[in-house]
Parts: sequence; structure tokens; C-alpha cells
Amino acid sequence: MTIASDAMPSSAAARAREATVRRFALTDALFRGLTRASAILVLVILGGVAISLFAGSWQALSSFGFSFLTTESWNPVTEKFGALAPIYGTLVTAAIAILIAVPIGIGIAVFLTELCPRPLRRPIGIAVELLAGIPSIIYGIWGLFVFAPFLQTAIQPFIINVFHGVPGLSSLFAGPPYGIGLLTSALILAIMVLPFITSITKDVFDTVPAVLKESAYGIGCTTWEVTRRVVIPYTRIGIMGGVMLGLGRALGETMAVTFVIGNAHRISASLFAPGTTISATIANEFTEADGDLYTSSLVSLGLILFVITFLILAAARYMLMRIDARTGA
Amino acid sequence: MMALCVVAAGIGLAWLALILGALVYKGTAGLSLAVFTEMTPPPGEAGGLLNAIAGSLLMTIIAVVVGTPIGVLAGTYMAEYGRFSRITTVVRFINDILLSAPSIIIGLFVYELMVRPMGHFSAIAGAVALAILVIPVVVRTTEDMLNLVPNALREAGAAIGAPRWVVIRSVAYRAALSGIVTGILLAIARISGETAPLLFTALNNQFWSSNINAPMASLPVTIFQFALSPYEEWQQLAWTGALIITLTVLGLSILARSLTGRREDR
Repeated sequence: MTIASDAMPSSAAARAREATVRRFALTDALFRGLTRASAILVLVILGGVAISLFAGSWQALSSFGFSFLTTESWNPVTEKFGALAPIYGTLVTAAIAILIAVPIGIGIAVFLTELCPRPLRRPIGIAVELLAGIPSIIYGIWGLFVFAPFLQTAIQPFIINVFHGVPGLSSLFAGPPYGIGLLTSALILAIMVLPFITSITKDVFDTVPAVLKESAYGIGCTTWEVTRRVVIPYTRIGIMGGVMLGLGRALGETMAVTFVIGNAHRISASLFAPGTTISATIANEFTEADGDLYTSSLVSLGLILFVITFLILAAARYMLMRIDARTGA
Repeated sequence: MMALCVVAAGIGLAWLALILGALVYKGTAGLSLAVFTEMTPPPGEAGGLLNAIAGSLLMTIIAVVVGTPIGVLAGTYMAEYGRFSRITTVVRFINDILLSAPSIIIGLFVYELMVRPMGHFSAIAGAVALAILVIPVVVRTTEDMLNLVPNALREAGAAIGAPRWVVIRSVAYRAALSGIVTGILLAIARISGETAPLLFTALNNQFWSSNINAPMASLPVTIFQFALSPYEEWQQLAWTGALIITLTVLGLSILARSLTGRREDR
């Protein structure tokens, strides 16, 4: 852009060119500023979310203090609110979902990268990823009308009978078979996070250098040994990242859970009992909440969920970034 | 052990087939012209989903119109002007977190930001909540796609004296166009099924409304309300609505995929 000053300012053509160059420089600076402002807006949004949730929950947090986290009772009539039951439900359903989805997800990834015939690889990969695109309300309506009745009539009575009298397990699988409840929610969540875990695991499996796998095959390892001893150890951090990402989804998932959790503010030992999660409580009660303290308590639940998922997603992204850095992608 | 992996893949595909099968079976039972031409009915009467579909369309359009430029510009900064700057690393990290943040949190944010100060629920608040969900998807794909544009193209543009913004507009955008459009389609697919952020921003509306300053019906929220109701007609409409949403989302995802697929072949 300094060329302009070298030109002779006396001639009209040079003056015109100088003006054009200056105009270009100005437009460029404007465009640059606009893009930069948009990028910063992304940061502002996340900051705004944190600030607004904190401001909205201030009333509840200041009146209940730390006991908000440790109280089970949730009583809109007496305006006594505690977050323990939703926190418990959120953590238990997400944990069970992850326990189910991780082995299946890794299994599908292994199948897609090592076993699947080449022409089927892309269609099956796409089919699994389409599962990820189905909106959560679809899982919810399917869970409520198809899956829960099936569990209620076919599976739960059977399990209750089998474990009846077995110490520990009998209380874990106790009570009348409602169909809806913690376990049903966890199973639906498992189906929902499966595609995320699968596609990320598949992606990190693809980063394993072919020469590593070929060396292992070369000394006579079976496919299982290569997967177990070479691929999985090499991609451990990436898989962890994918699992954490799935966990973040499971913790924050709202609609699918709202349909089948039962919305009961209590903590029961049985996985068949209705419960509630943070997001289901907010979705069910927010518009009907009368009184500032009630609303503020619900926003506090949102703040707790935000903090938990932020930490988990940040850890997930950090791990996936380390994988990216290693492969130079 | 490897047999177990085959079983796992079988389970994954069987789930998809089961869910889609149930959806098509229950959804098509109520599919008729009335669904698209009549308003949501009071309990116990026949009707359609016209106001809900129109509300969803309107809010989606506003959200895309608001969210896309911001997302594209932010992605442009990250891939073009600030590719190696510190702020890009931070924005990318935060954007990835926003991408998977629970959407109900975004709903609460917009409630605090707009609904509480305005004193009432409104379609525009719902559209803003959806726009906030659009932005991270578009930012991510725009940055990725612009990063794929070969630098030689930009250098060729710069060599003939084009300023940076002209190079970006006429060279980089043009080369990455199909990728950016894919991102927008994926963003539409994402928000067209979102329920949680609309529950306490746009709320719901039993009647036709084109006033964006008032509560407005949307397909997902109507499905939520109707599915949990005890009325058979409402439940049937919920299934039909669910089928419409799923077909829309799957159609958009497949369209987006075929756009980038063609790109890779080239």
C-alpha cells in the first residue's frame, strides 16, 4: 500500500490511483474490524451466558447458600428448594448412558475401521451419523410411546423377578415397573450419545499411522491384538475426548429425558423409580414457576448444569486438541 | 472379540431402523392434507399443524438471517485475518464449547436477556435463541472450509493487486462456497428440531400469529405439548409432526452431505 506515495502526485491518474488505494485500505480495515468483532461476539455470548445465569440465580443462591446443593426437598408451596435430586438424576442417568454407549461406540468404530467390507463402510458410517442428527424430541416421543411400554411389560417385570432376593441388586431393581424412570432415560441417552462417541472414535482411529498397524500385523498379530495393543493405546486421549464430549451431551440433554424421567423430586435407590434431572426440571417447571425465588432456583439449576458441562466439554476439547496437535492436523 | 464389534454395529443400525420404523408407522397414520392447512385444534377435535409449521419456519428464517452473517464473518476472521493470532485459538475453543453446550442453557440466557426485560414471551426471543445455536455451527464450518482453500489462490489474487477483502470475497468465499452452504444447512437441521430453547422464549400459541413480538407456536414445542397430553388426536398430531421434523432434518443432512461429497470428488 506504500506504492502510492512513490507515484508522482502531480498527474491526475496517480492521484486517482492513490485515492483508490486509500479507499481499498479503508474498506479492508473496515472488513477486518467487522470480522474481528464477530469473532469476539462468540466470546461475548459465552460470557453473557455465564453472567446472566449468575445474575438470575443470585436470589436463590444467597437465600439458600451452600445447602442448595445438598438439600433433597423441592417444595414450591413452602418455597424450599434444593438441587440434590436433580443433580443426582443428571449424574446417574449420564453415567449409565456412558457406561452403555462407550463399549458399543468403540465396537462400531473398530468394526468400521478394521472389519467392515469397504463398499459398506461409508453407508454405515453415514447411517450412524444420521442417528446424531435426529432431534432429541423424536427420541423422547419414541421413548414415551414405544420404548417405555415395552420396558414396562416385557423387560422390567422379568428383571425384578430375577434379582428378587439378591442382596444389593434387589433394591437397585425394585419397585413397580413404571416403564418410565432413571433407567429408561439412561437407555435413551445411551442411544443418543452413541453416534457422537462412534464418529469421534472412528476419526481418531484413522489417525493411527498405517506403518504401526502394519508392523503389528507383520509380526503375526490378530486384528483384535492390533486393536487392543496398538490402536487403542495410541488413540487413548482422543477416545477419552470423545467420551467426555458424549458425557457433556448426556448431562445437558433435555427433551428426550423430560419425556421419560417421570419428573419426581426424590432420590430412590431403585433405577426403575421415576426421578428428575436438572434439564428436565427446568423444561417442566420454568414457565409455570410463580414467584421470583422459584424462578431463581430453576436458573440456579441451569447455572450448576452450565458449570458442570463447561468443565467437561473444556476437558474434552483439550484432549481432542492434543490429538490434533500430534497429527499436525 | 471382533464378533462383538460386528454385534455392536448391528445394534447401532437396529436402533436407527427401530426408531425410524416406529416414526414412519405412527406418523404416516395421521398424515393428510389437513395437517398442512388447518390450525392446531382444541382437545378432542381434528385439526392440523399449520400455525406450528409456519411459526417454526418464520423463527428459523429469522435465526438463520441473524446468525449466518455473524458466523461467516467470525469464521472469516479465524481463517483469514487472524489465522495465527492468539484470539483465534481462544475463539475456536469457546466456539467448540458453545457447539455442544446444552441448548436449554441458551434458552435460560435468552430468557434473562430478552423475555424478562420485555416482560413477555415473544417469537423474536425464540429466534434469537435459535440464532445463538446457529452461530457456532456456521463459525466452525466456515473456518474449516476457508482453511482448505489453497494459499496459492489468495497469493494469485494479491499479486494482481487486489486488497485482502476483495481476495476473501471473490476468491476464498467462491472457492469455499459449497462448504459454507453445507454449514448453513447443518445449522438449519440442528435448529429445526430444537425444543428446549423455545420453551420459555417463544412459548407456544394455539392460534395463528405473525406478530414476532408475541408468543408463537413452533413445531417442536407443539409436539412436546401434544405428546404429553391425554388426548388421542393431539398425540397423533405429535407423531405426524415428529415425522415431518425428522424428514426435514434427514433431508437437510443428506443434502448437506451431497454438497461436500461432490466437493471431495472434484
